[in-house]
Amino acid sequence: MEHHTSSYEPKTRRARWWDERLPVARLMHGQFIDFPTPRNLNYLWTFGAILTFVLAAQIATGVVLAMHYQPSGAGAFDSIEHIRRDVNYGWMIRSFHAVGGSMFFLAVYIHLFRALYYGSYKAPREVLWIIGVLIFAVMMATAFIGYALPWGQMSFWAVTVITNLFSALNEVIPGLGTVVVEWLWGGYAVSGTTLNRFYSLHYLLPFVIVGLVILHIWALHVVGQNNPTGLEIKTRSDWVPMYPQAVAKDSVGLFAFLILFAWFVFYLPDYLGHADNYIEANPLVTPPHIVPEWYFLPFYAILRAIPSKLGGVVAMFGSIAILVFVPWLDTSRVRSAKYRPVYRWFFWLLVITCLALGYLGAKPPEGAYVYWARVFTAYYFVHFLVVMPVVGILETPKALPKSITDAVLGGAGAPKTAAAAPERR
Amino acid sequence: MPTDMLIRRLLPLAAGALGALVPAASHGAGEDQGAHGVHIERQDWTFGGFGGQFEAAQLQRGFQIYKDVCVACHGLKRVYFRNLAQPGGPEFPEQAVKALAADWPNKVVDGPDDSGKMFERPAKLFDPILGPFRNDQEARAAQNGALPPDLSVIAKARNPDYTGPFWAHPFSMLRDVATGYQEGGANYILALLTGYADKVPEGVKLADGMYYNVAFPGRQIAMPPPLAKDNFIKYQDGSGSLDQNARDVAAFLAWAADPSLNDRKRIGWLVMIYLAVTTVLLYLGKRRIWANVEH
Repeated sequence: MEHHTSSYEPKTRRARWWDERLPVARLMHGQFIDFPTPRNLNYLWTFGAILTFVLAAQIATGVVLAMHYQPSGAGAFDSIEHIRRDVNYGWMIRSFHAVGGSMFFLAVYIHLFRALYYGSYKAPREVLWIIGVLIFAVMMATAFIGYALPWGQMSFWAVTVITNLFSALNEVIPGLGTVVVEWLWGGYAVSGTTLNRFYSLHYLLPFVIVGLVILHIWALHVVGQNNPTGLEIKTRSDWVPMYPQAVAKDSVGLFAFLILFAWFVFYLPDYLGHADNYIEANPLVTPPHIVPEWYFLPFYAILRAIPSKLGGVVAMFGSIAILVFVPWLDTSRVRSAKYRPVYRWFFWLLVITCLALGYLGAKPPEGAYVYWARVFTAYYFVHFLVVMPVVGILETPKALPKSITDAVLGGAGAPKTAAAAPERR
Repeated sequence: MPTDMLIRRLLPLAAGALGALVPAASHGAGEDQGAHGVHIERQDWTFGGFGGQFEAAQLQRGFQIYKDVCVACHGLKRVYFRNLAQPGGPEFPEQAVKALAADWPNKVVDGPDDSGKMFERPAKLFDPILGPFRNDQEARAAQNGALPPDLSVIAKARNPDYTGPFWAHPFSMLRDVATGYQEGGANYILALLTGYADKVPEGVKLADGMYYNVAFPGRQIAMPPPLAKDNFIKYQDGSGSLDQNARDVAAFLAWAADPSLNDRKRIGWLVMIYLAVTTVLLYLGKRRIWANVEH
């Protein structure tokens, strides 16, 4: 794929003039029109395009919100109400942004589990995968500090709980945790100062994500897309050009996703949030249950499952960091779980584990909830550290098709035209 | 494939071992009594569901309850008098709202004037609807230490907990998503206003100055019953009841918390139709583009 060249031909004089000086059109044509995409991609592969859209939409709505928002302890909560009530279509823009955060995570989780199922992290896509994990991590940071901005009770107490985690460093070097936490807060407690710096970072980090996404797409376009068979593109009949085939499919996927998105924006704008966040932040009143947004619940469950504070923090961050090593933890010769009769069951067990952790994260840390949180936390790590390497070695994969074309045409194939461009037959 | 077989045989064993580890006491936990788990009835509201809209007449009645009862303690500072005349709300005539603002008992503090002094003046359309207290301290001092919260977003700031069996929770969530269910706050307000018990159950010891209310978390609330079966507000046509008063003021507070609901749900339908039609068209286009390519 790295040798793939653009078939761009400038048609006008002005286009030629530009092409000789700054061939952006040539680059775009090669990467987003001619680019070879496996012909057998299913709709799970449309989530890359969906995520690109959601990122752009979050930035667009966020920029407008920033024009009306006041990042101060005294003004933040009221300015959100001002946006909802008095800014033209402010209620819509604000809902779009708040729901957009949830939709971003929904799409990223589907994208991530798709990659895990089809082995999209395996060589030569390790760097592509690791950049993806980095995007996920920065996204989580952005979402967390973004949730602080409405400055409701849950905002305030989520910030308090999560920033306090760093005080666990005191168990490593006495005093270090306190220094870090006070440095994060900009004082001796969570206050308007903290909110102010969070706001600054919330405007910065999305652009860090944009940079990482460009690298992610670059890496993708060097190694090419994985596909349900996990086989590489070998012949011309294995792929179709990105435009119009892949673009057409991405558009369907994007609009279908937007139906769900809009449903929440217009009919359930507060469903995904917590009612307590409509109570203005109050350092003197602790809510009975402090819970994060739904997309952090599995990690919150892991944090609370470990009986030691430092241990919980390490497990929580470790549950994300472990993803970086997945390309090397998976010892299987075969990429796609479609051809892995044993691992496939473990994959679904991991999905169930993450859902169960999500459920447990929303519950108070007591009784059976803690017990089950420990069981599922244990499996989460066992899956990556034991199941992936061991099953990869022990399992006998199913026979792979000879090629993508072969898989599509059911082996019988159409040998005469196998080498031809499938879209022109 | 011996390794496959091995793993497949080991799996049920592992599951069994896991089952044996479950502590016997685990089944009792999960019931969340006390402060939470109060069951709140779901009600029918004109503004519920996909096509729901506020009914101006109900919001007008609800505002009357607020004005005659609630405002004795509670402010509505994020709602402005002008909002009472805007479309999608109670839609009082503008002249009536101007007069109402001018007569509002809680004056606006403005200033400083030319001599550097703050002064009080009657409210105008652009002023917030103020409660009787200048600040939280004054409110607490007058209310035996309790703080009557501002009611502007109270309908969004309260949402009853799910109280059914845990296995039904995902289905309950899916049903709420599918039906666009967002009326928990209004349900709670209605339940709270009608939830005062005539008699305190035996064995319950109320703290000093507290009242027994079945809808309130912990069941002891500092707010005296604002309405009662034999002490409710009569509307202009002479009708009225505790339940009707509570229903109307709950609807009014739902509007106060979400004044753009009418627009939102109207525009929502157009957006949904546009997206659905476009998705179908894109799908048909995609089928044509892929018609020659087996995939």
